[in-house]
Amino acid sequence: MDGRESETAPMNNRATVERTSDREVVVTRTFDAPARLLFEAWTKAELFARWWVPKSMGMTLLACDLDVRVGGKYRLAFAQEASAPAEFFGRYIEVTPYSRLAWTNEEGGSDGSVTTVTFEEHGGKTLLVVHDLYASKEALGAAGTGAADAMVETFAQLDELLLTLDADERRS
Amino acid sequence: MVQYLASRLDDSFSALSDATRRGVLEQLGRSDASISELAEKFQMTLTGMKKHVGVLEKAGLVTTEKVGRVRTCRLGRRELEEEAAWIERYRRIWDARFDDLDTVVEELKQKEKIHGRKRE
Repeated sequence: MDGRESETAPMNNRATVERTSDREVVVTRTFDAPARLLFEAWTKAELFARWWVPKSMGMTLLACDLDVRVGGKYRLAFAQEASAPAEFFGRYIEVTPYSRLAWTNEEGGSDGSVTTVTFEEHGGKTLLVVHDLYASKEALGAAGTGAADAMVETFAQLDELLLTLDADERRS
Repeated sequence: MVQYLASRLDDSFSALSDATRRGVLEQLGRSDASISELAEKFQMTLTGMKKHVGVLEKAGLVTTEKVGRVRTCRLGRRELEEEAAWIERYRRIWDARFDDLDTVVEELKQKEKIHGRKRE
């Protein structure tokens, strides 16, 4: 993209984001851990709460209830600066220990997207694939990016901040 | 705003799914062109090209301006950049999450080393 990449060490472990069709978004990343431990971090509420809303986002997770079994419900609530708390909820529709998880996103109604996460272990490392499938192309347009919506805005603010910091650094 | 961008992104992906339209974008990347010039270049009827340009315009990838009887098309570069930025922000959200997930998983690994693997 620009000349800066070559000056820094090679980026390790960046997530890949792809629009694989007009109804799907796929995020991939490899982790240096067995699938068993990753699965634990995705299914135990006290662990999930520590990373789903990253510290760098300036958002607080108010509630995180995960009933991880087929038909079980989950509910997440975030506090955001200067706006009402946002709530996200749905049901688990697939739970296969250490390899596959799927849930519905129902905060926008029953026609919400379905998120499928797969864990593929190879030689102690795990390829994680997060797949979001919307009911229709229109639904994707209307639903935005689900739980990530509010964070996209936060990131827009962060972008501005980073630009300012970057400019300051160049000056000094 | 986010919903608007997501829907725009959607239009862009549909617009880009056609080889002729990708060719038109490439052509406009080199220089602006009128609809009839594009139609000639891609050996297509005026009506056919108008349709393609319409799709690109709706997706915000191309802007057109009519002066007299000639409609000139140019690349809507700003929108393309906005959409690339949208994907980039989405990716950064996940990067941030995954960085924290790395920390959590690393702790689990250490714990296992000390206490041994638990029986489930």
